[in-house]
Amino acid sequence: MNWKRSALALLAAAPLIALFAYGFTRNPAEIPSPLPGREAPQFTLAVLTPGEGRMARTPGDTIRLRDLAGKVVVVNFWASWCLPCRTEHAALSEAATYYADRPAQFIGVLYNDEPSAGMRWISEMGGMTYPSVTDIESRTAIDYGLYGVPETFIIDPAGRVAYKHLGPITAGVLRRVIDSVLVTMAPSDTALQLKDS
Amino acid sequence: MAAGAQGSGGVASPRVAQPSADSDLEARTSAVAATLRCPVCQGESIQDSPSELAQQMRAIVRDRLKAGESPEEVKAYFASRYGEWILLEPKMTGLNIVLYVVPVVLVIGGLVMVSLLVRKWTRPQVGDKG
Repeated sequence: MNWKRSALALLAAAPLIALFAYGFTRNPAEIPSPLPGREAPQFTLAVLTPGEGRMARTPGDTIRLRDLAGKVVVVNFWASWCLPCRTEHAALSEAATYYADRPAQFIGVLYNDEPSAGMRWISEMGGMTYPSVTDIESRTAIDYGLYGVPETFIIDPAGRVAYKHLGPITAGVLRRVIDSVLVTMAPSDTALQLKDS
Repeated sequence: MAAGAQGSGGVASPRVAQPSADSDLEARTSAVAATLRCPVCQGESIQDSPSELAQQMRAIVRDRLKAGESPEEVKAYFASRYGEWILLEPKMTGLNIVLYVVPVVLVIGGLVMVSLLVRKWTRPQVGDKG
């Protein structure tokens, strides 16, 4: 019977078609990270550029993640050769200023780039409101499972990775994630400040 | 001010050339690097890729092996950072078993189907005489 054969062929092809259809819904360049929910890899990195205000650090000093326990830490991997990093720069700099009075610290990590190129890029972009650090041999980048820039990690006050963002991050995503982490913190003043945002 | 925290520093130990130990380490590094996927390439291992990130990852493989970790421990480190995606050969656990079993089932099924069809086609027809 012809219809029997057709039905059998369709039945045999169905799983393959379903698999391909599922494949089209996935971005092959996107690697699922095991880090969110886990303890953030520790790092001690030398400050390249100082940043501004309360987030500022002295160039040549080191920033240790361990010392930032109790704060929301935003770690943004960037490079001067990275075009999408230009897109997100304003959102990050503005967010760092916005959260300067809250228990938060923004850190830029220069990835596979010359420090001089990074510094030039910052001055071209009109400054960076938070400190940037250098990552020799990309040890920290690899510790964070990085495979491209920009990538942004938001670490909660307990030192766990709360969120990982691939590609240029927006002001909306930063506010949503940082606020949601901040409201889980006990002090009532933090929660009160968030009500108006 | 904890700058320069790398290395033990201080005592200068004389470096003795150990070509056999070095080549053994290189061979073990290459073997592990060949099993790890390059994150910035298309289907290449970090052993085969000339990219900067792959070279840096190979250096980590070498350092970890040199520090006494086993190849499995080094692979587990990368899997803990990049997920199992980083392993070119997935571990035979959980859903991954399907990846190993399905091809075998398909090949056996195909062989059975072909043999059945061949038997059917070569069977003498009812109407055939001699």
